[in-house]
Amino acid sequence: MQFLSYLISGISLGSVYALIALGYTMVYGIAKMLNFAHGDIIMIGSYVIFFAFGSFGWNPVVSVLFAMAVCTVLGVTIERVAYRPLREAPSLAVLITAIGVSYLLQQVAQLLWKSDPKSFTSIVTAAGLKPLALFEGQLVISAETIVTIIACVIIMAALTLFVNKTVPGHAMLAVSEDRGAAQLMGVNVNATIALTFAIGSALAAIAGALLCSSYPSLSPTTGAMPGIKAFVAAVFGGIGSIPGAFLGGILLGVIENLSKAYISTQLSDAIVFLVLVVVLIVKPTGLLGKKVNVKV
Amino acid sequence: MKKLMSAVLAGAMMLSLAACGSTADTTQSTSGSEAATGETTASATPIKLGGIGPVTGGNAQYGTAVQNGEQLAVDEINAAAGYTVFELQFEDDESDPETAVNAYNALKDWGMQVLLGAVTSDPSLNVASECVNDNMFMLTPSASAEDVALTGPNVFQMCFTDPNQGKTSAQYIADNNLGTNIGIIYDSSDPYSTGIYTAFVATAGELGLNIVAQPSFTADNKSDLSTQVAQCQDAGADLVFLPIYYNEASQILIAANSRGYTPTFFGCDGMDGILGVEGFDTSLANGLMMLCPFSAFGDDETTTTFVSAYEAAFDSTPNQFAADAYDCVYAIYQCVQDGTINGDMSASDMCDALVEAFGTMSFSGTTGENQTWDENGMISKEPKVYQIQDDAYVLVGEE
Repeated sequence: MQFLSYLISGISLGSVYALIALGYTMVYGIAKMLNFAHGDIIMIGSYVIFFAFGSFGWNPVVSVLFAMAVCTVLGVTIERVAYRPLREAPSLAVLITAIGVSYLLQQVAQLLWKSDPKSFTSIVTAAGLKPLALFEGQLVISAETIVTIIACVIIMAALTLFVNKTVPGHAMLAVSEDRGAAQLMGVNVNATIALTFAIGSALAAIAGALLCSSYPSLSPTTGAMPGIKAFVAAVFGGIGSIPGAFLGGILLGVIENLSKAYISTQLSDAIVFLVLVVVLIVKPTGLLGKKVNVKV
Repeated sequence: MKKLMSAVLAGAMMLSLAACGSTADTTQSTSGSEAATGETTASATPIKLGGIGPVTGGNAQYGTAVQNGEQLAVDEINAAAGYTVFELQFEDDESDPETAVNAYNALKDWGMQVLLGAVTSDPSLNVASECVNDNMFMLTPSASAEDVALTGPNVFQMCFTDPNQGKTSAQYIADNNLGTNIGIIYDSSDPYSTGIYTAFVATAGELGLNIVAQPSFTADNKSDLSTQVAQCQDAGADLVFLPIYYNEASQILIAANSRGYTPTFFGCDGMDGILGVEGFDTSLANGLMMLCPFSAFGDDETTTTFVSAYEAAFDSTPNQFAADAYDCVYAIYQCVQDGTINGDMSASDMCDALVEAFGTMSFSGTTGENQTWDENGMISKEPKVYQIQDDAYVLVGEE
């Protein structure tokens, strides 16, 4: 029973990683860049919800939608201002810019909202959902856990449908495969990349809401570590692959939680990264990554 | 940033004033404001206090509290004396050991005579060795690792050392039979937390306390602490000792509540501030006990005066860090009033005089009465145990 409880909270943590990883992996797949500021967009989204819901007393669902709108605008603006001018620049320059944007967001958040952590009121329990007790109360699954897992599955399915069945989704696939050719075929590359950022950032707001509902401490650095873990999850599952991000996130969360519970709370990160190293040695493209043949 | 700007501007004004109305007998000419009063004594040369602490970055809440506490004390003393007794310059170290040394050098260039810093333990260790090399008097408000004070004879602490807190907590829990099965959740990446933890476990062993679980977390994986809470619950701990800061503690209380787990929680001085966490349901902290030399809810005159002045100046309730920092300035001021030091002394002479004075003096402030320092520079403090009841600290007993 204990094992089940640890496993479920691992899946819940993993679902949050998966949601964040979706943002990383889509942007990487389409714009071929690592958007390190992604974790900080989560943090901004969480603050928006914290104030909308906690201070102004808005409806939880409205607060999340509002945060999604703010994050979408923020994500698209960042892309327009910081990344688009560097589209033809070496990837290293883009990477450094992304790290710079990440620091910028953290410091601005600190100036605006101070560094002392705020305690985030769970929007899930506020929406009136109750924890689920199974086996005569021996196993209690929190409402946050259930909502996180369900939300993650729905989003993942919706995203797969979107990419495979709609015109903008096809445009994304085309850009990710060959940007130059896609442009020649009449795909608006800039609009497609902006759309990717918009979707990724909106997902970040949802991830922020779920992350902070389960783990209620909110500070300007809240997004940093989950951001890095989610990046690892994206690489783990095969960066650029949407199901890969999902799988990688869930596995990462489960491994992290089980090693915390049964091996050592201190070594859990080391174990997570060790698994990553082993996977990359055996399968360098990640679990579901596609092998790309480079023509010489 | 605004505060920094105004400090810089004020500094520039003082310099320019000193330049036009300088009096002959001051060697380090920065005695601008009192030149206007027409009275210049030896003690009128301001003593330059340097402060170092993280006012940006992840630990900014501690550095800001210290900066505010020091600034408040300096302003009060200057206003009461009618002339500039102290000048304070505060440098940011982002809680980074390397940056702290740069901050120290910047302060030395400015002409610092006494250092009131640093705030966190690792930067303080680095700065302490610089202070020993330069024979600069260092009084840290809050770096509680034992090694800081042990760096040299001219390094003193205003706060309790970590092992001391761990020892006293274990003693208190045993004496009052607060728990039979004890769980501990600590931060293995933080010297403060580990210092208390190690001493607690050692003393608990001597006293025969039964420790059933001791999960830890690190700065990098502290976003999810529910597993650690679950481990204590599964091990049947009826008291959970939390030698950690209030932010993580508030997460633990929330996690315990959502699991329906209600042991006695016992923390140390890092717990102070838990009622001020924005958005935190403070009813969860009901019954939480903590070992703490300062409480903003104290009703003695020193405390109430300090708390109301601090709240008026900075619009927030002072915590342990602010109180320790405030006391640091007043401890130095006590030496000024005794005539031990004055602004005309060099930093090194001042250091020698202060080391001698701190060896013998007794100091009462917001964090304790009649405190003395031992030969290592560690302070003797009367620890008090508070319990949170209905959003207030209630004193439950004295050691």
